Amino acid sequence: MSRPRSTTEGRLTQIVLIVLALAFLGVFLLLPLIVVFSEALKQGLGPFLDAVHTPDALAAIKLTLLIAAISVPLNMVFGVAASWAITKFHFPGKSLLITLIDLPFSVSPVVSGLIFVLLFGAQGWFGPWLAAHDLKIIFAVPGIVLATVFITFPFVARELIPLMMEQGKDDEEAAVSLGANGWQVFRHVTLPNIRWGLLYGVLLCNARAMGEFGAVSVVSGHIRGLTNTMPLHVEILYNEYDFVGAFAVASLLALLALVTLVAKTILEWRFDLHHTGAGH
Amino acid sequence: MSRTLSRAKSWRQPSVLPGFGLTFGVTLAWLTLIVLVPLASIFIRSAGMGWSEFVAVGFSDRALAAYRVSFGTAAAAGLVNAVSGLLVAWVLVRYAFPGKRVISALVDLPFALPTAVAGIALTALYAPTGWLGQFLEPLGLKVAFTPVGIVVALVFIGLPFVVRSVEPVLADLGRDVEEAAATLGATRLQTFRRVIVPAIAPALLTGFALAFARGVGEYGSVIFIAGNMPGKTEIAPLLIVTQLEQYAYAGATAIATVMMLASFLILLVINLIQAASRRRMGA
Amino acid sequence: MIRVQNVTKRFGDFAALHGIDLEVRPGEFIALLGPSGSGKTTLLRIIAGLEFQDSGQVLFSGEDVSDRKVADRHVGFVFQHYALFRHMTVADNVAFGLTVRKRRDRPSRAAIAARAEELLRLVQLDGLGDRYPAQLSGGQRQRVALARALAIEPRLLLLDEPFGALDAKVRKDLRRWLRELHKQMGLTSVFVTHDQEEALELADRVVVMNNGVIEQVGTPEEIYMHPATPFVSHFVGETNRIPAGPASGGARDEVHFRPHDVEVVREGGEALLVDNVFRKGGAWRVEGALAEGGLIVEIDIDVAQPRPNPGETVLIRPVRSRVFNANPEGAQP
Repeated sequence: MSRPRSTTEGRLTQIVLIVLALAFLGVFLLLPLIVVFSEALKQGLGPFLDAVHTPDALAAIKLTLLIAAISVPLNMVFGVAASWAITKFHFPGKSLLITLIDLPFSVSPVVSGLIFVLLFGAQGWFGPWLAAHDLKIIFAVPGIVLATVFITFPFVARELIPLMMEQGKDDEEAAVSLGANGWQVFRHVTLPNIRWGLLYGVLLCNARAMGEFGAVSVVSGHIRGLTNTMPLHVEILYNEYDFVGAFAVASLLALLALVTLVAKTILEWRFDLHHTGAGH
Repeated sequence: MSRTLSRAKSWRQPSVLPGFGLTFGVTLAWLTLIVLVPLASIFIRSAGMGWSEFVAVGFSDRALAAYRVSFGTAAAAGLVNAVSGLLVAWVLVRYAFPGKRVISALVDLPFALPTAVAGIALTALYAPTGWLGQFLEPLGLKVAFTPVGIVVALVFIGLPFVVRSVEPVLADLGRDVEEAAATLGATRLQTFRRVIVPAIAPALLTGFALAFARGVGEYGSVIFIAGNMPGKTEIAPLLIVTQLEQYAYAGATAIATVMMLASFLILLVINLIQAASRRRMGA
Repeated sequence: MIRVQNVTKRFGDFAALHGIDLEVRPGEFIALLGPSGSGKTTLLRIIAGLEFQDSGQVLFSGEDVSDRKVADRHVGFVFQHYALFRHMTVADNVAFGLTVRKRRDRPSRAAIAARAEELLRLVQLDGLGDRYPAQLSGGQRQRVALARALAIEPRLLLLDEPFGALDAKVRKDLRRWLRELHKQMGLTSVFVTHDQEEALELADRVVVMNNGVIEQVGTPEEIYMHPATPFVSHFVGETNRIPAGPASGGARDEVHFRPHDVEVVREGGEALLVDNVFRKGGAWRVEGALAEGGLIVEIDIDVAQPRPNPGETVLIRPVRSRVFNANPEGAQP
């Protein structure tokens, strides 16, 4: 230990604290993760694969990928635009804007679904009009997309704003002084500076988009093969006591979480995106 | 050109960089469409309800019980996390041990793992026949399908908020401050209590509040392990869903409004705490 | 009397201190002067008990305190960046050392408050006790740190780069003030600095350190006028270095002389081709190259004398110089 004895604890105290912390993390974080895979493979690989291969499961996987493929790019474009406006310009009301962008983080997922039911549901404001035109948003894919976009709204902006704030606008101003137009500045100066932060934000946004449960549950209608995402499918199987099936699909989502964590960790190590962001 | 003219009229400070109109426009439009209008709908609905109806459905006995469960368990979980999160952050920042980086990455698991997956996993662990439940049951400790189970789920969900709030502050806390305390004759415990804890208290409080706010609204990880007995283990978000399934839109809206106001209040308190500590400590 | 005996300290492969011997007499004001990495801060921290030597002893009044924890050594330590407790008021900062005492040694609440007030008056911060450190200027924080260290009535005051984080003007004022305070309180003090001017102005004796060893200990006068090693000669004050005698492949001695220890002569001196001349205080600072060997030399000549012009050649002769033998500057034998 290079720390002098006067400002650190004795080795024994250290070991006790480390063991306590690891025990806590082991029981509360690691064990749940292990139990997912263990339950999924309880009856061997065959039943696991069968459970994943049912038409309903495959439909749920497809839908989940579709939802993410729509909502993540939307929020990515928004996140970049918002960060550009907020970090490259000075205007009044900026901190209010940042607070509003963060708003979806502080709304219960269930409420996030409810607001779209109130707008587009059968008894909602636009319900009658939608019915008259034979359009369906709630209990259909558009509703799921809307709820997911709402839930994942702040992710990209939240990563980019502090990063771009720190980088300042010297580079961009230099580029403009050299005659670059707006798109060139963004493409050749800003984007290379923020790409890893952007990737990081997209990664977290994607994990949440694929895994969202509460909001999607409210707007989906749980129609098998049609409006069931993977997390919803897990719930249905679980409630039908098909535990192997439920945990099999859940293990796919857990795998996604692990991949996200690994990628996130690599990004943090390699690009020193020191991350303080509590609030996802 | 009209450049000087538009600059003079502009409400923002002039900048040589282009794209403000486009990006600000996109931001505001998207924010309004996706967030503000939908959120406003809930308040407008509530306002249209009339006070007595709002109170009747928003503060019915069942709703009150649900608030009690949601806020009570979230507060309990927040407290557990304040202590254990501080411990984890401390160990991660201060000590060297093998596998530290993996452990550090694991802390973010609750951010990445879908809540429904967490929910069924925790239930499988703590059910009376589960991996842990089978040992706890004979001790008279029922976890799954009791409020304790809800707390366990919320501890899982909330832990990273505390760890990630405290970690950077703990890392920034200069070693010289602790050395100063030592030269002045303070014991290690006195230094911890009187120098370290006050310095990280705002961050700890922020982490607690974030975990609490998240816990109050949490749904996916809780409903599997909660048992969902009205009045006992029924959380407010579940009550909203139940009301919706019964097409009781007014009830769902009123409960949602109460919860949202509560979480905005929490958000406000967090910001006030942070602003106050920034002012005082000049951080 | 503080005595450091044969202290050695390594950080991994890096030898921070190598066989250090030092005596600090009661009431003395000592400067540890050296470049960064010279080991001066490590030595200070070892005396304080913030760091522990690998071998050797630290003695306070003849008693070996090598195994005593910092909290038991009763030394006042002023940190480079002050290390004030940001969440405490200035008064609470100053009182901290008294409030953490064991109950039977702890003064009453009122006595502690009175003592804090007294110390704040001593450092000329009376009335600011209710402020937080963030609300003070750098110089004020520095004095709070000092008051806090003095509160425990230390037998030794240690200061790590006490003026390092301050701007030039404040630094000068504070220096004078600290000198006065030291005299007035009769404390034994050791401070670390990399600023020779600071060391020469403040200290009774200066300890020049380099690469983990002490190069020379002496009064500021001795250090400046009679540097014991080429390093001291070069590090303290300005020095011209020219090789002595003919170049002959092997070891070559060096002649060191200060810019002001030079006179301009009519004949018999070294020819200096003047390159640049400017006014520096009461002298012309002349920069040029020696005609023989082309080495760059700086000299000061009195402004009463005619100002040489660039392009001219003047003949110069050192009036006082020292000859050091061959080792490359700063290297240890």
